Amino acid sequence: MITVAIDKSAEDARPWIEAAKPAHPSLIDTTHVLADLYNLVNVPTILWIDERGRIVRPNDVAFGTDTFKHITGLEAATHLSALRAWVRGETTALPEARIRALQSLPTDDDQRARAEFGLGEWLFNQGRIEAAARHFATAGELAPHDFTIRRGTMPMRGIDPMGPQFREMLGAWVKAGNPYYRPLAE
Amino acid sequence: MAGTKFTVIDGGRAAEVDAVEGIALAKRAEGAGRPVAVDLDERAAYLGVNAAERAKALSSLEAPDFALPDLDGRRHSLSEHRGKKVLLVAYASW
Repeated sequence: MITVAIDKSAEDARPWIEAAKPAHPSLIDTTHVLADLYNLVNVPTILWIDERGRIVRPNDVAFGTDTFKHITGLEAATHLSALRAWVRGETTALPEARIRALQSLPTDDDQRARAEFGLGEWLFNQGRIEAAARHFATAGELAPHDFTIRRGTMPMRGIDPMGPQFREMLGAWVKAGNPYYRPLAE
Repeated sequence: MAGTKFTVIDGGRAAEVDAVEGIALAKRAEGAGRPVAVDLDERAAYLGVNAAERAKALSSLEAPDFALPDLDGRRHSLSEHRGKKVLLVAYASW
């Protein structure tokens, strides 16, 4: 297992990592390297990668516990039992054509949004907070479904990512008929 | 703009160049189909990777390799885990 915190700084992720004392690599991605490579648009996102380094389960939503089940409707046990069966070799991976059909690939606007995010993140770390916020806003307009940008940059814009502005954004998004979490449609 | 410093962030690395050169680099990247974010007031540009390139890599099903630091700053890469099954989990404090 490899875990990656998509956070503005290692310090944001530190309390969770120190509490969990993981034996696996527990990494920090402040510049959205992973989001860019794997087209991540929200967290949690999980992938299965086999011994040969091949993606056998593309971006999916799964939780390790049922803490958020009342909000997400997703049961941790569903993914955990499928994962155990795969690790033990009791199931074979999906056919490649099926994996590709389930993948969500980035669009030009997704990548433009990531460039705007990248510039904003750099500006933020130069202390150019207001300039950074403008680029984060542009990024959010280009990729409104990308919550690693829209919600993930809230702490860099002085906004509580669990607060009323998040709930307002989420409410408008869901009301317009859009899903916040996009588990694989298996 | 000549004589003014300009930062170009390419491949995640920031380099300071002369503004004339920086703007030329950004234009060239845009011409080559790359997503580019520019801020002339802040004298900085970010050169990204285009969707076709990312989509091609993902649809090959070869998991893109990456190297990222842990809390102690030690870098770990996905490729170090070759030969083992990997559950990759992205999460956040937000």
